[in-house]
Amino acid sequence: MRAAAPSGRPFGALRGAGLRRYLQEHPIVVLSLLFLVLVGVLEAIRPGAVTPNWVRTTILFAAPLGILAAGQTLVMLTGGIDLSVANVATAAAYVMASNARHGDPQAVLLGLAVGVAVGLVNGLGIAVFQAQPLIMTLGMALVVTGGLTVYSQYAVASVPSVPASIHTLGAGTILGFIPVSVLLWAPIAVILIVGLRRTGFGRLLYAIGDNAAACRLAGVRVWQVRLVNYTLCGLLSAVAGLVLAGVINTADVGLANTFLLPTVAAVVIGGTSIFGGSGNYSGTIIGALILTVLNSVLTLLDAPEPIKQILYGAIILLLATAYTRVLSDT
Amino acid sequence: MAPTLALPQTGRGIMNARLVRRHGWTIGVYALLLASLIFTVAIHPTYSAFDVKSLALGALPLAFAAAAQTVVVLSGGIDLTVGPMMAVANVLAARAMLHNNFRDALLIAALVLILGCAAGAFNGSLVVFSRVPDIVVTLAMSFVWGGVALLILEKPGGGAPLDFQNLAQETTLSPWIPNALILLIVVVAAVWVPLRGSRPGLALYAIGSDRTAAHASGVNVPLARVLAYTISGAFCAAGGLALTMTTGIGSPLSGSFYTLSGVATIVLGGVSLAGGRGGMLGPMAAAFILTLIPADLIFLGIDPNYGQVIQGIVIVLVVMVGGLAALRRKPA
Repeated sequence: MRAAAPSGRPFGALRGAGLRRYLQEHPIVVLSLLFLVLVGVLEAIRPGAVTPNWVRTTILFAAPLGILAAGQTLVMLTGGIDLSVANVATAAAYVMASNARHGDPQAVLLGLAVGVAVGLVNGLGIAVFQAQPLIMTLGMALVVTGGLTVYSQYAVASVPSVPASIHTLGAGTILGFIPVSVLLWAPIAVILIVGLRRTGFGRLLYAIGDNAAACRLAGVRVWQVRLVNYTLCGLLSAVAGLVLAGVINTADVGLANTFLLPTVAAVVIGGTSIFGGSGNYSGTIIGALILTVLNSVLTLLDAPEPIKQILYGAIILLLATAYTRVLSDT
Repeated sequence: MAPTLALPQTGRGIMNARLVRRHGWTIGVYALLLASLIFTVAIHPTYSAFDVKSLALGALPLAFAAAAQTVVVLSGGIDLTVGPMMAVANVLAARAMLHNNFRDALLIAALVLILGCAAGAFNGSLVVFSRVPDIVVTLAMSFVWGGVALLILEKPGGGAPLDFQNLAQETTLSPWIPNALILLIVVVAAVWVPLRGSRPGLALYAIGSDRTAAHASGVNVPLARVLAYTISGAFCAAGGLALTMTTGIGSPLSGSFYTLSGVATIVLGGVSLAGGRGGMLGPMAAAFILTLIPADLIFLGIDPNYGQVIQGIVIVLVVMVGGLAALRRKPA
């Protein structure tokens, strides 16, 4: 078909087809354009809204979502999903804050341990016991949330307080402009983007998402990869929880609960297939930024809360549809 | 595989064995329900008709949520709008029924059911036309319906005539048979029994188990998918009305619990999230089991907050056992 095209089709159509293929191979271009359009809309609604200060705030709010969606990206690449990310983030932040009196390192380590533990159990259930990821992580989300409520009532001696260092991590800036959380988010992003492309583990994630049975036949220990993957997702969720606690400077038992659906949305808008096998983290980053900007556009519109929700859902659906239509082959 | 098993040779024996194999999970769920009921009576000797009624009232909305989810999951999708849709029906009914008489309330209920079908059909059409995976479309739509519920009723309020509430809250036949239970059986059976045996019902299972094969056998796949969401919408509306009956008011956030709990319920009830396998009986029993757990904890004097933990552990164990069982059946 490629050979027939030059003689059979007019030049314009060929260029259109080439552009389309280029966009299919580089969805990040479409996403970045979309992001810029949204920023443009924001500037049009409220001229002068887009300032260096606005950029800083946007990144501050996008960082926890971006890190939380990083874990989600990893599991979705293998065709799974993790519905416990938001609960893990909340629990990690709460455990960290309620152990703040023992010193920062210990508090942070305890918080991260929550994430690793839950991720490990998720991984065991999914990789070893072959449970469906959706329901396994949903069950663990219930366990974590219920456990956290009980913990907050019985085991917490002091009022949870976010350590100053964590607050700096979440909300501080360097040189008055660069958010501190970027210093954490950027390395994570680089490790993930490079790791997914260049390392054997990263390639295995794509391979498993594409065809797990074939991987097994090719000698891959699929269960080990899955186990590590869900544990990583738990760890990343815990990190995101700590950053979020820093942004808001409090930790309560409902801290990150509204973040579950946006993580899924960020990954999907970012072009990662929910069936696994294709996508990458750079798309998710733009997805998280788009959702954050969308939120600030809706806030600036000064619409009542219900209208904001409806628009938020409708726009996510529209983006996902447009994206699927533009990039699908047929 | 069958010949290697030492099956009883009589015709009836084979039938029974087949029955157990096909409905093993459902039988197991009912055994579990029976066991948890016996356990409840054992730890709570004064268990009375009143407790039976509160169990049925508690399980009613969850059972409808599970029914809604079951239909869509059987057809190979997933519906994350169940909770918000129930909330919409709940606030719509409570707002419209306030200061109305019983007859008008019934009319309003019928209207809400029709609107539920329409909203479900809308969800389904979006899934079909957008070509975006079910989970993403319904996730986005869950924001939309949540917003609609808030538009209808900003904060908890509204009301319903007492007679209408008593459709679920009273015990008309016998103190031990709550109306809520009868209502559940009648509504679910009225939709499911005729559907299960009909061609559209078969189409639901067909597209859930293999969409390509279903298409090749002449099933109108898009239409069947829309049908699944439409029926789900009707059950969501029934669930919302049940919330109006059991709470007496409307609350825009009343549904948030039911989306994911509904998924958990149907999995415990033996519906495969991969689609095409499962039925309606299992999820109904599962809804009662999951409602009984927090109640038992209160009887035992344990903080009900452990309820969520135990529900979660039950679900996790069930899916692990289910996964292992599937592994042993089909060694890779």
